[in-house]
Amino acid sequence: MGEENLVNWLIEFFGSAEYWSGDDAIPIRLLQHLEYSFLAFAIAALIAVPLGLLIGHTGRGAVIVVVSANAARALPTLGLLVLVVLLIGVGTLWPVLIPLIALAVPPILVNTYEGIRGADPDLRDAAYGMGLRGSQVLFRALLPVALPLILLGLRLSAITVVATATVAAYVGLGGLGRYIIDGLATKNYAEVFGGAVLVVLLALAVQAGFTLLNRVIVSPGVRQVR
Amino acid sequence: MDEPLVRWDWIARNWDNGGPTSVKVLLENHIVMAFVPVVAGLLIAIPLGLACARYRWLYQPTVGIMNVVYSLPSLALFSILLSVTGLTQTTVIIPLTLFSLAVLIPAVVDGMRSVPDHVRQSAVAMGFQPVSRLLRVELPIAVPVVLAGLRVAAVSSISLVSVGALIGQGGLGYLFIDGWQRQFYTPIVVGIVLVVALALVADLVIIVAQRLLTPWARRTS
Repeated sequence: MGEENLVNWLIEFFGSAEYWSGDDAIPIRLLQHLEYSFLAFAIAALIAVPLGLLIGHTGRGAVIVVVSANAARALPTLGLLVLVVLLIGVGTLWPVLIPLIALAVPPILVNTYEGIRGADPDLRDAAYGMGLRGSQVLFRALLPVALPLILLGLRLSAITVVATATVAAYVGLGGLGRYIIDGLATKNYAEVFGGAVLVVLLALAVQAGFTLLNRVIVSPGVRQVR
Repeated sequence: MDEPLVRWDWIARNWDNGGPTSVKVLLENHIVMAFVPVVAGLLIAIPLGLACARYRWLYQPTVGIMNVVYSLPSLALFSILLSVTGLTQTTVIIPLTLFSLAVLIPAVVDGMRSVPDHVRQSAVAMGFQPVSRLLRVELPIAVPVVLAGLRVAAVSSISLVSVGALIGQGGLGYLFIDGWQRQFYTPIVVGIVLVVALALVADLVIIVAQRLLTPWARRTS
């Protein structure tokens, strides 16, 4: 199987009418992947960012952060997906979304926590000294400084979600992972390869999106220090 | 739910049943596929990391490439490699080595940067030649940071191997496929527990190694 074969596979996959219409059309699969990923990511961010800010600012509950980070790294994605979906039941979207969210929370939580904890103590003292209240110190002084790390956490989380959503095709989720899983099942390696290329492109796009976001929303002063 | 989460008799029967999918064989395969990428990653990351620490201009592009590599979903990489290396362990080992590198190269660079400048200068003043300074002064000081990276790489590698089960090479990941296809919890639970246990053991081994390699840290703390 040489390079020529790979090119042929791409031509076969992207040139086939089968993948441009109906349920299995590439735009539909891509939209599904984006929809599930975004839903899981958004819910995870809504849980993890406030929690990370709270734990980082108060210093209470740091154990949760450490435990969740280690658990997320050690737990096998596929095993978790298969177990949760078998336990809750196949059919609806939620059984698949729960493990996706669970794996998306820790990177955001850890980095938000680290960002707030790691802020210069002088900055914190100066903010209190200027008469800011606790919440003002958090949102006006610490948050901007922690933003690069929070964004790093969001990026890692988004990457995790895109990758996990691909694997989740095995337990019946739609999206780009379908091509890989279905292709493997039917030994249609052109489909497997084409699907994998699409997933890689999506991951690269997410990565590029966050790099851009970093440029736009992180204060130039904070960026220079790092 | 009538089916219990764990049927102990299944474990007893399948731990070592002589077949290619006995839990013991899967565990051994899993260890090989998780261990090789981490060791290979470390062996490649040390020279590359040293080069990046020595030549500053190398650092940004290398980290940029590693960030991109790290963002690629494992299943996609396995699928792409499938056309080159087929349904073999190599197909799992190569992407996991890349992921290890993505964690370990920055760790080696950060480790070298954690060496205080006055220490480096003292070593020079004491007459250390560059190579012995590296081996006897700089690398030992860098050990804690490098090993912190190694812990992350090892634990991630152990858990990621199981995704390889989707292309037929996943060590303990096979138990997830088996359990899913038969709607049978026991193999899934056994697989998860063993993967997490393996990760914990690897983590502990590295922590012990760190204590042995940095005896001075114990005295001060």
